[in-house]
Formats: sequence, C-alpha cells, structure tokens
Amino acid sequence: MLNVKDLHASVDGTAILKGLNLSVRAGEVHAIMGPNGSGKSTLSKIIAGNPQYSVDKGAVEYEGSTGTIDLLSLEPEERAREGVFLAFQYPVEVPGVQTALFLRAAYNAVCRHHGVEEMDPIDFDVFLHEKMKMLDMDDKFIDRAVNVDFSGGEKKRNEILQMAVLNPRLAILDETDSGLDIDSMKIVSAGVNKLRNRRNAMVVITHYQRLLNYIKPDIVHIFCQGRIVKSGGPELALEVEERGYDWLMK
Amino acid sequence: MSETSPEKNKGLPENALSGDYKYGFESSVEVDALPKGLDEETVARLSAKKGEPEFMLLWRLNAFHHWQNMGEPHWANFEYPPIDYQDIRYYSAPKKRGGAQSLEEVDPEVVKTFERLGIPLSEQKRLSGVAVDAVFDSVSVGTTHQKELEKMGIIFCPISEAFHKCPEIVRKYLGSVVPFNDNFFAALNSAVFTDGSFCYIPPGVRCPVELSTYFRINAKETGQFERTLIIADKGAYVSYLEGCTAPMRDENQLHAAVVELVALEDAEIKYSTVQNWYAGDKDGKGGIYNFVTKRGKCAGARSKISWTQVEAGSAITWKYPSCVLLGDHSVGEFYSVALTNNKMQADTGTKMIHIGRNTTSTIVSKGISSDGSNNNYRGLVKIMATAENARNFSQCDSMLIGNDCQANTFPSIEVRNNSATLEHEATTSRISAEQVFYLQSRGLDKEEAISLLINGFCREVFKTLPLEFSVEAVRLLEMKLEGSVG
Repeated sequence: MLNVKDLHASVDGTAILKGLNLSVRAGEVHAIMGPNGSGKSTLSKIIAGNPQYSVDKGAVEYEGSTGTIDLLSLEPEERAREGVFLAFQYPVEVPGVQTALFLRAAYNAVCRHHGVEEMDPIDFDVFLHEKMKMLDMDDKFIDRAVNVDFSGGEKKRNEILQMAVLNPRLAILDETDSGLDIDSMKIVSAGVNKLRNRRNAMVVITHYQRLLNYIKPDIVHIFCQGRIVKSGGPELALEVEERGYDWLMK
Repeated sequence: MSETSPEKNKGLPENALSGDYKYGFESSVEVDALPKGLDEETVARLSAKKGEPEFMLLWRLNAFHHWQNMGEPHWANFEYPPIDYQDIRYYSAPKKRGGAQSLEEVDPEVVKTFERLGIPLSEQKRLSGVAVDAVFDSVSVGTTHQKELEKMGIIFCPISEAFHKCPEIVRKYLGSVVPFNDNFFAALNSAVFTDGSFCYIPPGVRCPVELSTYFRINAKETGQFERTLIIADKGAYVSYLEGCTAPMRDENQLHAAVVELVALEDAEIKYSTVQNWYAGDKDGKGGIYNFVTKRGKCAGARSKISWTQVEAGSAITWKYPSCVLLGDHSVGEFYSVALTNNKMQADTGTKMIHIGRNTTSTIVSKGISSDGSNNNYRGLVKIMATAENARNFSQCDSMLIGNDCQANTFPSIEVRNNSATLEHEATTSRISAEQVFYLQSRGLDKEEAISLLINGFCREVFKTLPLEFSVEAVRLLEMKLEGSVG
C-alpha cells in the first residue's frame, strides 16, 4: 500500500530524513518508535503533504483508487481524498468552525472525489453519532468549534473521530497516545482497533510501548537519525522499553 | 453565477452581492440632470423639481448655509485627494417621471438595469418575500408591494412621495435623529438629498415582508445623496435590507447618505446592509467614496434597534451606524463585517449612547484586511449620568491576510455613571498556514479551507442576517478574497 524509497527530507535547510525505506501492506499495522528528533513526525508530515517540509531525494508510492500513484506529486487535499489520513500530534484550533460542519465538509469532499453522492446534514448527523458512540464522546462535542478550548485528550479523540468519519486506507497516528490518561487511551485504542481491517493499514508513531498493548502491531521499526535502524515483531518494542535506544545507535 | 428565478429568490438580490465586480456595467439612459456645482440656486431647483412643501426648502437652505461654514472632517484613518464639491452633479434622474406610480412610465432601460442586478420591479416578476424600493441615481424609480402594505397601514415609498402622502410625519421625524447640521456630510446630504426610502409602521404592526432599498449609481460625475427615514411606532416591528452597486469607473464618485431610524415604545427595527459599491481597481484607481451617517434612536421604553452590516465595497468607507438609547430598557446592537482588499480604506464602527436606565448595547465587529488595504474599527460607548445600570459588551476582532495590510481599532469609552457594566474583548489573528494545512489534510481544497475559516470568523455577524442574505454575504467575501491567501 505504501512504499517509501530512499527518502531524504529537510525542514528549513536541516536534513532530517536520510535515506528512509519503509514498506507497508494492506491489513498491516506498523509501529514506529525512536528517540526525539529521529524523524518520526517528519515522515508523517511528508506523507500528509505539509508544505513546510521539503523532499530532497527519494520517492513515496501509494496504492490509490486508480493504482500506484506518486504520492509526493499530489496536493495535501488530494492525498486525503485518496485515503491518506494523519492524526496530528498537535491538532490545530479552528475558531468559529463548528466541528460537525467541518466533519461533513470533509466527508463530502471525499465523496465528490469518488463520484459518490454527498450526505445531507440529517443523514450525516445519524452517521456521526454512531462514530461518536464508538469513541464514547459527548453529544455537545460536535457543536463546539474545532479543537478550540478542547483538553489534550479531547483533541486526540477528535482526531480519531475524524479518522472514523473519513475511513482512510492508510492512517498515520502521530503520538496519539501522548497526553492521554489510561482510560482515554483504552477508548481511543478500542476505536482504532474497530477501524482496523484487511483493506487498510496503519502506522502508529509512539514513544511508549504501553500503547502497543492495546493496538497490537505486526511490525515494529526503530528510527534513528532519519533512518530505520532495526525492524522486528512486537517483542522489539518491549526490548526497547527495557534497554533504551543506545544499543541500537552504534 | 447562474440566473435566479424571482420566485426562489427571497432575500435581497442574490446577484447583487456576488462578484468579482460584475455590476460594473453602465446603462444608457436619457437623463434629466442639473449642471455641475452647488449653490443656493441648485438647492432651490432641487426642491422645486420635487414639488416640496416650503418647510423643506427652508430646511435645506439652512443646512446648505451651515455646510458652507463647516470643514470636511479629517480625523478618520485614511487618505484621499481633495474632493471638489463644485465638480459634482447633484441631480440626475432618468427621464420620464421619477417616483413613478406605474412602471410603464419608467425608462425600460432602467427597469432592465434592475433586472440585470437581480431586482425585478414589475408586478409579475417581483420578489416574493421582500418589498423593494429601487433608487437609480437621484430618484426612486419603483417601489413594489406598496398596495398590500398599505392595507396594514404600512407606508413604504420614496421619501419624495412621503412629503405629499404624510407631511406631518416626515416633518416630525426628519432630522430628529441626524440633525441637518450634525456633521459635514450630513449637512451636505440635508441640503441636496434627492430621494431615498421612507417607511412608517403603525402601532402594533409586524411588517410581514422584508423591506428593502436597492441603490444604483449610474450617471457619471454624479453624487448620490439619498436619505432614508424609518419609523416603527409603538410595538411595531420591521426588518429592512439595503444593497448597493455602481458601474466601474476610473473617477471616484461621492456617496453621502443619511439613514435615520426611530423606534417608539416596544418597537424593533432590524437594519441590514450589504454594501458592494465599486471599490476601485487593484491599484486603487476609481471607486466610490462612501461617507454615510446612520443613526437610530430608541425613543421609547423597551425599544430595540439592531444594525448589521457587511461592508465589502467602496474605495473609502466612513460609516458609524449608531444607537441613541433614550428609552428605559432599550437595546442597541451593532454587528459588522468589514472586508478590505487591494487599496481599499475603511474607517467604520459604531456609537452607542446610553441615556435611559437599564439600557443594553452589544457591539460585534469583524474586520478582515488583505492585500494593501487599511481597515479601522472606531467605536464609542458613552454612558450618560442618567443611564442607571447600563450595560455594554464589545468585541472587536481583526483578521489579517498577507503582510501589507493594516488593521487598527480605536475603541473609546466614556462613563458618567458608576453603575455601568462594560466588557471589551479584542483579538487580532491571521489565517495561519497550519490551519489551512490541517483542513487540507482532511480533503478540503485551499479555497474551501479559507472559506470555512472566514465563515467561522464572521459567524456571529452572519447569523444575524436573514438567511439568503447571509449565504450571499459569505459568497461575496469568498470572491473578494480569491487569490489573496498565498
């Protein structure tokens, strides 16, 4: 589904990714761990198309609705419509824009792209409430402006709600667990697990092995200085938890 | 945008608001005009053309003499080259009869112009939910729904007609809110105003349709000086809409209007404006100079006056729709979105004068500036000694798009009674690249993202507009901002 080949990328002239290779297939969940500054978030931003990051070399291939596409050639909104989703580490506040309105606008933008009929406000309300129930969210939530005055946990939950609404083929969760208390983490993880199926894939970026007890990865990668230095099964996350990263950095 | 059928079009002229300026066309109409220049004789001839009662002539001359001794105010935060008041034509009317009783007497070109603007005037085609008074240059050319309204005792007609229909009401209220010597532009207007709308709602009547005036400047080198007077008698209610456009020209044109509102006991007036005068080109050439005095008096207890304005046009905007809260428990509101782009300059805001007890006012101002424009909010909240327990809430938010524009707020507060409660909030923001990216990453393109953000920013104001009007207001802002966000 996703094929990252020899990716080099920088922000403001500082090289962050230095020859990254990563291959993710449909139905898989990959976990990415690694010390601060190793390039985990940069990878997520490049896949989503954040214009502040520049790609210096390499390619990102993606299985879209019409076959393999060069993801880097698409605008951010085109990537989203093709099923790429990034759960932001720091979700952005959008004052004045009601959450329900925003979610419907996004949902319908994806419908238009695929030539599917758009959903009217009434049907969407029913649809949205099902998703909210799954994440144990309060009804008032969607009447508030997007992320404005949300607690850290609410913001993260809102990201997963967006993911549930948009039903992406490839979801990248960038430190979705940070800032969540244990109960919220269980709810969010349960939500994510419900969205998991054989046709989609997820990349979970985290600092803590704990999340991986709830969202079980197929493969764990360790990032170091812009590269993957080691990949393995779920036991690799446990080992890192115990031993730290030093032994991998030589 | 596609043509709309009049049946569907309930709010004011949909077409009137959209645009990359698509109202810049000029109509070729035979006119009856006075030569350029202004002196006593001009004033006398104007008054004679209208067949006005003598008190009006005296009132106008009085205003003219005061005006001669007044200086143009220059305290607003904008600049413009000197205006030569002798180089302006003060009267231009389509030939045949102005203030027409029947539409057949109106130049078909004029009727066509309004149809092109989305405002059909003929009985068969007129808009259903809204009665329109159409003002073309100096005169009103047609008012729809007059007969039905008359059955309820509502008088809605050109002000020139009101002098004959109900001179005693006009005499009582004209100048009662904005005196003829109020300020330079109001004095000029008092001397030379040629038409405008008049509206009287009798006691206890709730006006069933939106009343509206549509102003069109067509003639070259002609100023438009209209005067609107709205009176809501005890317990009456009226919602009023105002729209305006003008042809695109390289020369600047002057628009100096006066609007007076009077609300008696328990009456309510809601006045909404979408101003889309030609704003000049991207280098600031041409456009309308809009110097307008708008003021409402809450004369009776528990009366309410609410101003909503979406200001998106004019090269220069100088406009402060205000409320004088005289009656106890009266309420004044001001909701404003002012958008400037290219080289536009706006100095706009409000005054809330609290005189009665337990009076309340609310001010919500949203300024959006982009390109090289200059956008200023200027407001005054004045609590007089008599205004026991007065309350005001003010919120002034500015949004900047790009790096060459300016936004300023000049809020003033004068309090002479300690029991007053005042709250003021102000913010300045930018549309950030992060916000746009966030929305894009959910599938919205850049234009949709910006539209959502602008809409969110202006939400509190838009929700006070009649529904169709608010949809169009959003579209108007989107069109104006297209290409402004990098």
